[in-house]
Amino acid sequence: MKNRRDFLKSAAVTGAAALVPGNAVSGPAEAGHYGEDAPRQAATPAQASAPIAPREVDPSDGGEIITIDRPGGDFMVDVIKTLDFEYVASNPGSSFRGIHESIVNYGNNKMPEFITCCHEESSVAMAHGYFKAEGKPMAVLCHGTVGLQHAAMAIYNAYCDRVPVYIMAGNSLDATLRRPGVEWSHSVQDAAAMVRDYIKWDDQPVSLPHFAESAIRAYKIALTPPMMPVLLVIDGGLQEDPIHAEITSRLRIPRLTRATPPQGDSGAVAEAARLLVNAQNPLIVADRAARTPAGVQRLIELAETLQAPVVDQGGRMNFPSRHPLNQSSAARQLVAEADVILGLELTDFWGTVSAVRDGLTRTSRSLVKPGTKLVSITALDLATKGNYQDFQRYPEVDVAMAADAEATLPALTEACKRLLTADRRTAFEARGKRLAETHGRALERARAEAAYAWDASPISTARMTMELWAQIKKEDWALVAESGIMSDWTSQLWNFEKHYQSLGGSGGAGVGYGAPAAVGAALANKKHGRLSVTIQGDGDFLYAPGVWWTAAHHRIPLLAVMHNNRAYHQEVMHLQRMANRHNRGISRAHVGTTIEDPNVDFAKIAQGMGVHAQGPITNPKDLAPAITRALEVVKRGEPSLIDVVTQPR
Amino acid sequence: MKIHIVALGIVALASLAAVGAQAPATQAAPVGNAEAGKKLYESYGCYQCHGREAQGSSATGPRLGPKPIAFTAFSQYVRRPTGQMPPYTSKVVSDTEMADIYAFVQARPVPAQNVPLLREP
Ligand code: HEC
Repeated sequence: MKNRRDFLKSAAVTGAAALVPGNAVSGPAEAGHYGEDAPRQAATPAQASAPIAPREVDPSDGGEIITIDRPGGDFMVDVIKTLDFEYVASNPGSSFRGIHESIVNYGNNKMPEFITCCHEESSVAMAHGYFKAEGKPMAVLCHGTVGLQHAAMAIYNAYCDRVPVYIMAGNSLDATLRRPGVEWSHSVQDAAAMVRDYIKWDDQPVSLPHFAESAIRAYKIALTPPMMPVLLVIDGGLQEDPIHAEITSRLRIPRLTRATPPQGDSGAVAEAARLLVNAQNPLIVADRAARTPAGVQRLIELAETLQAPVVDQGGRMNFPSRHPLNQSSAARQLVAEADVILGLELTDFWGTVSAVRDGLTRTSRSLVKPGTKLVSITALDLATKGNYQDFQRYPEVDVAMAADAEATLPALTEACKRLLTADRRTAFEARGKRLAETHGRALERARAEAAYAWDASPISTARMTMELWAQIKKEDWALVAESGIMSDWTSQLWNFEKHYQSLGGSGGAGVGYGAPAAVGAALANKKHGRLSVTIQGDGDFLYAPGVWWTAAHHRIPLLAVMHNNRAYHQEVMHLQRMANRHNRGISRAHVGTTIEDPNVDFAKIAQGMGVHAQGPITNPKDLAPAITRALEVVKRGEPSLIDVVTQPR
Repeated sequence: MKIHIVALGIVALASLAAVGAQAPATQAAPVGNAEAGKKLYESYGCYQCHGREAQGSSATGPRLGPKPIAFTAFSQYVRRPTGQMPPYTSKVVSDTEMADIYAFVQARPVPAQNVPLLREP
């Protein structure tokens, strides 16, 4: 690296590229569209034609130059503006103060707008939720050291959920120029090393042209299925120093061309179609199949062509909950009866077709009949890493397409249609009728079950689900997160139709995803006028509650209804299992697992963050009026939280 | 992917029927104390998976009340479960306590029919 003072001097003499605010070329994406929203133009920053602005000279220092007009951070802003980010989520940090200042002043704090976060885990999880609602990534800025350390779990969640997050981390490379103390402890030789196992790509550019190329490359890589977070480590000197004269002629911003998602091999598609059309009991299982609104439509078309049952595992909103072919609540039985199972972007095909008993000896058995054919379409087969074990057990499938399911569905549906005969059509119709009846009965059964414990206190999760549904169903609603596990009541009882109405889970089951992901998704939904709703777990709330301040500060409308069972309830059950297995202490499962004595006053915490909040509500009759009040606040454009003390699940 | 502690299903219930079949001829349930049973049901953790009102959860454990399976099958299942449920041996739950828990489960209210909110389309 060059000495920064040399940079300053040469910049003063020769002048640098004049980077004028607002000069960036970028085509704003069409709102609400996934996938094809990428800006396409190559952009050249306004060049050195602009005159060099006069610089202040410190008279006491024999002419030392002490201000500059055009730091490298400005060029970085030009680059990221071409990527069309609406927001950059960040907890401020000195290692990226250069680009931070360029964003808010040179970039006018627009595209991207700086979102103030209180924890890097919140920044990344907000970006995670935002992507699933909006279909395009949010940028994140953090320290390359302590910031990235805080961010790590959220990055892992996004990685497991195959969600792109565009992370830029500050660093200070030149050891001889670091300020003593903090800047040293906030510098790192290889920042990405800490997260490299669960991101797709990283780079640490050494020049501005290098930054431009890597920034565009990172975006392309992140958004090519299987999508994952990417990381650019950006040197403080590069952000803060003036654009060196030697560099100006090389400054250009490469054109972005998104890679088309890989489609399944035509031979494999034909084989899958043959199996599905000839099957007596085909079953379609979808986890992260629908990447875009088109994905839902494509899955409907395949299912209707075959009149085949669909089990939606809920990693994304794959299939309408009230579609007669939606048979999600009968998953296990359908797996056992199926002769062909099509798995679409399954996280765990093996787990879908197997049962494992968590007993003293761990036993497992296959749930499928001998001879059942398994067909898999997943982009996960295109990239599997070794260290973290999120890849699950190895599934023995008959057809494995290393491809994007959504991109492959049209060809598969067409191939199925070509094989249809009059006989098969008749059989399919009969099957469809049967399935519609089963679907209707399942809904009635769920409603009947929901009536148990209806008046109980703590409040039943079914009651809470329906009190909420009664008031949101007339709105353009979206369930942006569900961090408290609630017996699948929402998917059983609500009418999910639109692609944004459910966004799936955290991916890596790292608790603390729920609140920030909900706030991030609600931020995306804001401009679409959608009513964002989240079911907020109590344990999840407590990880990084500062995100409620972020929601209040940035006026992010979000209705958060708490599933407050006053415990890390999954762990309560795990501890009970251990106590029983060891035949002792069966009344101590609460030790270290419950969140009582004192009970947390979540409403007070939220109020302290500037969020309208009510509760704790323990009487189910108080729920409806509380929801009505909260909705008034949310419709005004602000967040509102209701603390509801609930049954465990 | 949704996280469930267990995937519930017919399988567990089928094996339960088998347990029932092996059980001695069903006797009338011993008279238990529902009040005492409520406390045990809580402190022994039944509520964790079956809900505080024994209403069950699709994620963690089936509904137990207000019409539980016959006491012998109930007791046998709790002592030697064949699915995901952890075992409660007679060392940790006595027969009297089991009867109390059973009485509590039986005493759960029958739900109201036609709750208007549950008819919301
Ligand atoms: C960690 C979770 C867990 C706990 C704690 C637990 N159960 Fe269960 N229970 C289950 C599950 C799951 C099933 C379904 C069958 C299976 O997979 O074992 C079940 C099934 C049962 C059944 C059979 C019901 C039927 O109609 O099929 C009975 C009876 C029962 N539990 C009673 C109890 C009682 C009483 C307690 C407390 C002393 C208890 N359970 C504690 C998880 C649990």
